[in-house]
Amino acid sequence: MTLQINGKQVELPDNVNSVKKLLLHYKLESRIAVVELNKEIVKKEEYEKRKLVNGDTLEIVHFIGGG
Amino acid sequence: MKTRYSRQELFLGETAQRKIRNGRILIIGAGALGSSSAEMLARAGVGKITIVDRDYVEWSNLQRQHLFAEEHAEQRIPKAAAAKQRLEQINSHITIHSLICDIHGLNIGEIVKGHDLIIDASDNFEIRLIANDAAVKQGIPFVMGACVASYGTTFTVLPGETPCLHCLFNHLPIDGMTCETVGVISPIVQIITALQVTQVLKILTGAPIEPILKSVDVWKDERADIDVSRLKNADCPTCGSGPTYPYLQYENQTKSEVLCGREAVQIRPAATREFILQTFLDKLKGLVGNPIINPFLLSCEFAGHRIVFFKDGRAIVHGTNDLRIARTVYNRFLQYYTD
Ligand SMILES: [Zn+2]
Repeated sequence: MTLQINGKQVELPDNVNSVKKLLLHYKLESRIAVVELNKEIVKKEEYEKRKLVNGDTLEIVHFIGGG
Repeated sequence: MKTRYSRQELFLGETAQRKIRNGRILIIGAGALGSSSAEMLARAGVGKITIVDRDYVEWSNLQRQHLFAEEHAEQRIPKAAAAKQRLEQINSHITIHSLICDIHGLNIGEIVKGHDLIIDASDNFEIRLIANDAAVKQGIPFVMGACVASYGTTFTVLPGETPCLHCLFNHLPIDGMTCETVGVISPIVQIITALQVTQVLKILTGAPIEPILKSVDVWKDERADIDVSRLKNADCPTCGSGPTYPYLQYENQTKSEVLCGREAVQIRPAATREFILQTFLDKLKGLVGNPIINPFLLSCEFAGHRIVFFKDGRAIVHGTNDLRIARTVYNRFLQYYTD
């Protein structure tokens, strides 16, 4: 599956087919993150049921402590 | 002299330069982000800059913290003092205040007074949320910034307009990824600083600010921009209709106290939670000496101190009567914990 993530085209295994699985794939599941799918912010409760399809555009920002 | 700000004036306009001159900015933290934005703002001619930090300069800071030199590390000069000295050399026509202190929810209100804007250059979520509460309460903009490894984020809180950090986080995260555990490279610091200072110049000169949460990974060459206006929470405890400013309340502060006659300091964190001590010890492998672990606590030598860490997050730091040192050691120690 080809997705556009943070401005880059990314090739991901086909089983990474939900927002939840995508965050797991990037090891961001335990972090506080804001995820936008096709210009719309996805609520945390919907991470599992929001499916990803070929060509989707995502923006992901996760928060960090340092500075 | 007249030409000092000429290049900036050509771009921003002469009236803008007067507005910058009238700016009064508080920078929380004189680490990498703080020293960089302080330098840029001093050169830009911001009239009053206050820089607050609790730490001193170490050799490991010199790779990215532009205001400091070898002599500061050698003599362990407090960062805020070293920063003031250098900033005054850079621009003697502005006022630089330095505060060597540990910011917490009970003293931040006083510190913020007399400033029109807060720059977040802190190194942890707790201070960030405390600063967010203080900024919203006093109705002044807050420019958040954070970075670690090759990645950074920034967001500008305009009280009454944009969501606040509390709307975006809704709880205090524990973060194991910090500059001391996974490192950081200087270019990401400069990028986040550049984004933060641009926001500051816009705010001071009255340019519009978009509610965009930004992140950059300079190594992977990725960036994200998300319009977060929809995340503004009408019931937010900080910026909602009945604010309680939770991070400014006494019961939500990390407390520290000297244990009389024992040359030790007890630290009690605000949020109680259960730590898995064995996991913690595994992460600390090679960093601590003489560890002892039992179902209730983990005791070990760390950074020259014996720390006794209880599973609810409370700790006793031995070998000092100085609250600031104890809290610094405790915060460094805790950085190695991840769930
Ligand atoms: Zn809020």
